[in-house]
Amino acid sequence: MTKERNQALEIIVAEFHKKIKEAFEVFDHESNNTVDVREIGTIIRSLGCCPTEGELHDLIAEVEEEEPTGYIRFEKFLPVMTEILLERRYRPIPEDVLLRAFEVLDSAKRGFLTKDELIKYMTEEGEPFSQEEMEEMLSAAIDPESNSIHYKDYITMMVIDEN
Amino acid sequence: VPCSSSSLAVSLKAALIIQNWYRGYKARLKARQHYALTIFQSIEYADEQGQMQLSTFFSFMFENYAHVHKEELELRKQSLESEQDMRDRHDYVDLIDVPDSYNGPRLQFPLTCTDIDLLLEAFKEQQILHAHYVLEVLFETKKVLKQMPNFTHVQTSPSKELTICGDLHGKLDDLFMIFYKNGLPSENNPYVFNGDFVDRGKNSIEILMILCVSFLVYPNDLHLNRGNHEDFMMNLSSYFQLHGKRILQILEELYAWLPIGTIVDNEILVIHGGISETTDLNLLHHVERNKMKSVLIPPTETNRDYDTDSKHNKVGVTFNAHGRIKTNGSPIEHLPKHEWEQIIDILWSDPRGKNGCFPNTGRGGGCYFGPDVTSKILNKYQLKMLIRSHECKPEGYEICHDGKVVTIFSASNYYEEGSNRGAYIKLCSGTAPRFFQYQVTKATCFQPLRQRVYTMESSAIKILKERVISRKSDLTRAFQLQDHRKSGKLSLSQWAFCMENILGLNLPWRSLSSNLVNIDKNGNVEYMSSFQNIHIEKPVQEAHSTLVETLYRYRSDLEIIFNAIDTDHSGLISVEEFRAMWKLFSAHYNVLIDDSQVNKLANLMDLNKDGSIDFNEFLKAFYVVHRYEDLMKPGVTNLG
Repeated sequence: MTKERNQALEIIVAEFHKKIKEAFEVFDHESNNTVDVREIGTIIRSLGCCPTEGELHDLIAEVEEEEPTGYIRFEKFLPVMTEILLERRYRPIPEDVLLRAFEVLDSAKRGFLTKDELIKYMTEEGEPFSQEEMEEMLSAAIDPESNSIHYKDYITMMVIDEN
Repeated sequence: VPCSSSSLAVSLKAALIIQNWYRGYKARLKARQHYALTIFQSIEYADEQGQMQLSTFFSFMFENYAHVHKEELELRKQSLESEQDMRDRHDYVDLIDVPDSYNGPRLQFPLTCTDIDLLLEAFKEQQILHAHYVLEVLFETKKVLKQMPNFTHVQTSPSKELTICGDLHGKLDDLFMIFYKNGLPSENNPYVFNGDFVDRGKNSIEILMILCVSFLVYPNDLHLNRGNHEDFMMNLSSYFQLHGKRILQILEELYAWLPIGTIVDNEILVIHGGISETTDLNLLHHVERNKMKSVLIPPTETNRDYDTDSKHNKVGVTFNAHGRIKTNGSPIEHLPKHEWEQIIDILWSDPRGKNGCFPNTGRGGGCYFGPDVTSKILNKYQLKMLIRSHECKPEGYEICHDGKVVTIFSASNYYEEGSNRGAYIKLCSGTAPRFFQYQVTKATCFQPLRQRVYTMESSAIKILKERVISRKSDLTRAFQLQDHRKSGKLSLSQWAFCMENILGLNLPWRSLSSNLVNIDKNGNVEYMSSFQNIHIEKPVQEAHSTLVETLYRYRSDLEIIFNAIDTDHSGLISVEEFRAMWKLFSAHYNVLIDDSQVNKLANLMDLNKDGSIDFNEFLKAFYVVHRYEDLMKPGVTNLG
């Protein structure tokens, strides 16, 4: 690599480090450079990445201590997370892919899914939702009058929210 | 229903996509919630620190201000610091009568549990307790508190479990919730309220009344520990001011007579803040706790002829070697420095994960104590656990230091609707402590997570922006210094650096940047957009922007100072006093404002030209206006 490219990379990495540190510190309640392992998923996702539960599981194994303590240290987390950001791994799902996913489940092409259908898919297929996750998704997604999810509107609303 | 294997695989993949996306979305919501909490907490502690620094100003002021209004100030100091045993009931309670027309609750002394019920019902109906009863309750409570030792020793048993509650901060609904879930206090249902009953929430007096009345009915089963907000200087500027000087005067004493802590079953220490590596429980058992009036009252000497040997402690306060200062009249007594510090540590410290004991730079008082300090002190006194409060926790409680330290916080939604749960602990010797959580919500239906996060986030960003605008001049200067090319833009890193340095808040600036400032397509920050859509209202057209900004920034400090000077609690100070005080203030805080501007402002504010300024009106005139305050963010319609 040329000198300029090295320098540019250094700057990018330095910025990533600061960004990762910020996100980590917010969950570091005791200010001792560790976070509860159950928060790692939240931290990684808050940095814009979207690993599946399976991928998350593997990542945690990478950053855990040899003898898991229930806590993840910043020193172990930083290099792994930097790598992820540099390689642009676990990119978020584009809006149109998400829409198509809903459309696949809506085989009758009605423009909506019933509450029962959504529950069935989300709790029985893929990486199933817990009851809490299911309830939470329903509370915002469901139209109480028709007891269904008009997924196009739902997606639009979520996208606006995130921006 | 698809039955072919390939369409099954497709629907599986589709489900996975949706789940993956949703989990990402939910995690980002959670992170935003945490960011909001971090903002609230940083600002809260920075404000507390600002108040603590006032103590330095007060010593400066008392030393330099005395010649202007010596007599009044002497009286004030004496009334603040002298023992008021001489005053009796007659000076307080009997001076106010309850008119026949009064429709509120009427208490019968000696109090019984009927009075507790009466008060609870009345406060649920939002009735107001007459000042006569308020004073009487406070007066009687003080009398009984005086007989209590510094630490109350309590024993539990299976038929008599002890409930421990943390900070309530004037949030009456939370107290109602606790009593609803856990029952009213009684001989078989004892409680400990671990400090910070008042301040911040709007029902401080009501909570104080309920707790004091319950205490008077069950003095051996309702235990009140002092918190750092049970300090009359800390709530000088709050709405206690509205209730008149007599209530303030009794509160001054009552707070100082609150016990320091509780010891349960000889093995659990319950105190408000925390400990330090030098915490000496034996000493604390014997200090004259009522001499600890306020964390902000520096015992200074006005009589310069008195031979003293003064030292500064970590909050910038001066004492002489024996803790006694003589003035023109009666001797004024203070705790010796090391005893004062011991109490400060108990009321202000916070546990942290790092070993050791460090000054609590977040709050400006007490220390940060590590797990090693906890072990050392608990072992020294053969204790098993420390239960404390003082810090808001999202779940209402938190356990740290290997299970040896428990934080219990009982004000739910402390920062904002949805910010946190409240909790209480039930203790019974021989069994593990049990935690009970709750959350008082105004909404009749449960709001989805995104709504709650949005509410919290907007609230947090709003107060952060108010902070930013109050430092506009300093920030602009810092930005421009970094902007070598005068482009109006800085890198995200440079912008974050300036914000952190000038505001003194350790926040995730990069993650928050999109909420605070405009970022161009190259990722560079248009730094002046930090100040858009918000401005400080000018009380009069002629007022200079920098002056307005400074007054806005220091308005809570000024409020406390004005209230301290206002010896007759009239709400007015003379223009002369204002000028003299401002001169001192600007010198001490290094505020570079032309005196002539302040004089001009003082004259403009003296609207009726009678030579006095209504300082509450004055301070209220400086406030922030947010543009677009009432516009709904698009997409925030409740779908479910």
